[in-house]
Amino acid sequence: MSRVFISRDMASVALGADDVARAFAAAGCDVVRTGSRGLFSIEPLVEVETADGRIGFGPVGSGDVAAVLDGTHPHRLGRIEDLSFFASQQRFTFARCGVIDPLNLADYTAHGGWKGLETARALVPQQVVDAVKASGLRGRGGAGFPTGIKWQTVLDAPAGDKFIVCNADEGDSGTFADRMLMEGDPFCLIEGMAIAAHAVGAGHGYIYVRSEYPFAIATMRAAIEASAHRIAPFTLEVREGAGAYVCGEETALLDSIEGKRGQVRAKPPLPALQGLFGRPTVINNVLSLAAVPFILAEGAEAYAAVGFGRSRGTMPVQLAGNVKHGGLYEIGFGITLGELVNEIGGGTANGRPVRAVQVGGPLGAYFPPSMFHLPFDYEAFAQAGGLIGHAGITVFDDSVDMAHMARFAMEFCAAESCGKCTPCRIGSTRGVEIMDRIISARPAIPLRHPDESQDPESLGAMLDGAALDADFRQHDGQGSYLDKALYSRAPDRIDVSIEAQTTLLRDLADTMKYGSLCALGGFTPYPVLSALDYFPEDFGANAPIKEAAA
Amino acid sequence: MEEFIVAWTARHGATRDRLLPLLHAMQEEAGYIDDAWVAAIARALNLSRADVHGVITFYHDFRRVPPGRHVVKLCRAESCQARGSAAIEAAAARRLGVAMGETRADGQVALEPVYCLGLCAIGPNALVDGRPVARIDSAALDRIALEVAA
Repeated sequence: MSRVFISRDMASVALGADDVARAFAAAGCDVVRTGSRGLFSIEPLVEVETADGRIGFGPVGSGDVAAVLDGTHPHRLGRIEDLSFFASQQRFTFARCGVIDPLNLADYTAHGGWKGLETARALVPQQVVDAVKASGLRGRGGAGFPTGIKWQTVLDAPAGDKFIVCNADEGDSGTFADRMLMEGDPFCLIEGMAIAAHAVGAGHGYIYVRSEYPFAIATMRAAIEASAHRIAPFTLEVREGAGAYVCGEETALLDSIEGKRGQVRAKPPLPALQGLFGRPTVINNVLSLAAVPFILAEGAEAYAAVGFGRSRGTMPVQLAGNVKHGGLYEIGFGITLGELVNEIGGGTANGRPVRAVQVGGPLGAYFPPSMFHLPFDYEAFAQAGGLIGHAGITVFDDSVDMAHMARFAMEFCAAESCGKCTPCRIGSTRGVEIMDRIISARPAIPLRHPDESQDPESLGAMLDGAALDADFRQHDGQGSYLDKALYSRAPDRIDVSIEAQTTLLRDLADTMKYGSLCALGGFTPYPVLSALDYFPEDFGANAPIKEAAA
Repeated sequence: MEEFIVAWTARHGATRDRLLPLLHAMQEEAGYIDDAWVAAIARALNLSRADVHGVITFYHDFRRVPPGRHVVKLCRAESCQARGSAAIEAAAARRLGVAMGETRADGQVALEPVYCLGLCAIGPNALVDGRPVARIDSAALDRIALEVAA
């Protein structure tokens, strides 16, 4: 009876992994459901256990069982670790993801699990906090704040109820590392939270997972139940979000757990001092907490030895959008944007030229290929008017309309604003209106749609170009469904020239950036202004690039 | 629903932080949260009705009217847009006979936007009655339309 490994990750399932697993089980195989290795162009991936190790085949369909088992399937990949996509990675956080059965405690322990927690519990709390400080770990959720400093603040807070909250509200488009980790190695996150609890003296923790991730929610709940005895007396529970993007903002997330509308709180007080239920709270991203077991197990020096400048350790980068080799790629900071997009990602999926990449989710800047020399580093990106955020890279080909993307950024902010502060609540709606004026005033730009000569590997959606194109044009004229909810009227007595409107747009962006309470309103100017600065032709402007608001 | 609320809170607690889990449980049970139940929820958790109403209306997930028999959630976020989701969105509206964000008049199917399912390298993506579907193209839309016609 052959033993085969097939992913149960939501992305693999979306590509048909469940059918493939059923087919192998029906053929009498012992099927182990793992997380995903993270290269989606080879999913559904089947790995067969042999005397020479696990041999991968992918993508595989449910009719391919015999060809895989006798080794004649044309998509034979050999050992997955030997593929260049994997061989060039530095997998600290994702070392076990795709390898082990995510809910098998013995598997986790056999692959180095709990070593970090055991090390931590042999130390006094201050020593654990010192190790995290020495590692140079900065919050992987986007802000990049030093994790050890945050923990120190909670440790120093007066004793009493303290909480560990994991922010698993990964709402940024182009990011999926949190989801993959929770589905593929949930005990790693649990271990990281238990270490944090020991370090600051917390008794209870919450994992706030967005409702759009049903697989992650189910896996985390099962993993918490299975490992409760390992982390006792620390206790954990999963809290399911309810579809509000702004709850990824830490203070809105805390309000949401408390049973309120997810509105941001003004800081100070810091959540570290007055967080959940007014108590000292460590709130960290999934990736920050999941990095901690490695740091304790292997030593802070081993972690800090990798990286670039003040960005230490590894970053699980997510290659998304129109990219050939999309997936999760964990590597030390310092790799350039161009290496990630063109060499690791292999350029666009449909073979057309890359025109723009958005880094850091819906609130991140759009960069043209002329910026591909940028090293992946918090400071370098900030200096370039962007942000690393949660390290999602969304690739667009030359058919993208950047004025449309700038409009979408404003539309998204309007739909997701919590409404507490005026620059975000009102500014985003006014921003949509400005973008509508610009789009209607600009000279017609030719629709750049894929032609018939595109790469055979091109996206299925685009193959239907002719029929769908008509829909798109028709739809474009009607506006999206959200428009109905947005205040809009024909402007009168105002200068609707493109120059006047782009000036107004910059002014509005400035107000949002400096006047908003949180990153939703404060960072929406990044995609908008970068689109205007780097792609002025899509805004009907040919003006030289202006300095972005610093 | 009063009985459901009483039973649920007896089992899971009746503090304010149980509000979201309770709302999820009620929606799981009934498919939506009727305005008529707000008073009972408020009583059970010792909140004002405005508090409860405010929370229900804040979160996109909570519905105040019954959903379609089938729910197709289509991703509108940037990564799926980079892979052609705007055209798919328009085509889906046409094939399913319902505009984005609405439920068809016969109640058979609702087409809802979702902003990222975390499947960003294999879009355009959707959740069809909770089942993830990737790389949606014309043929996949046909299969979805057939599925939700049942």
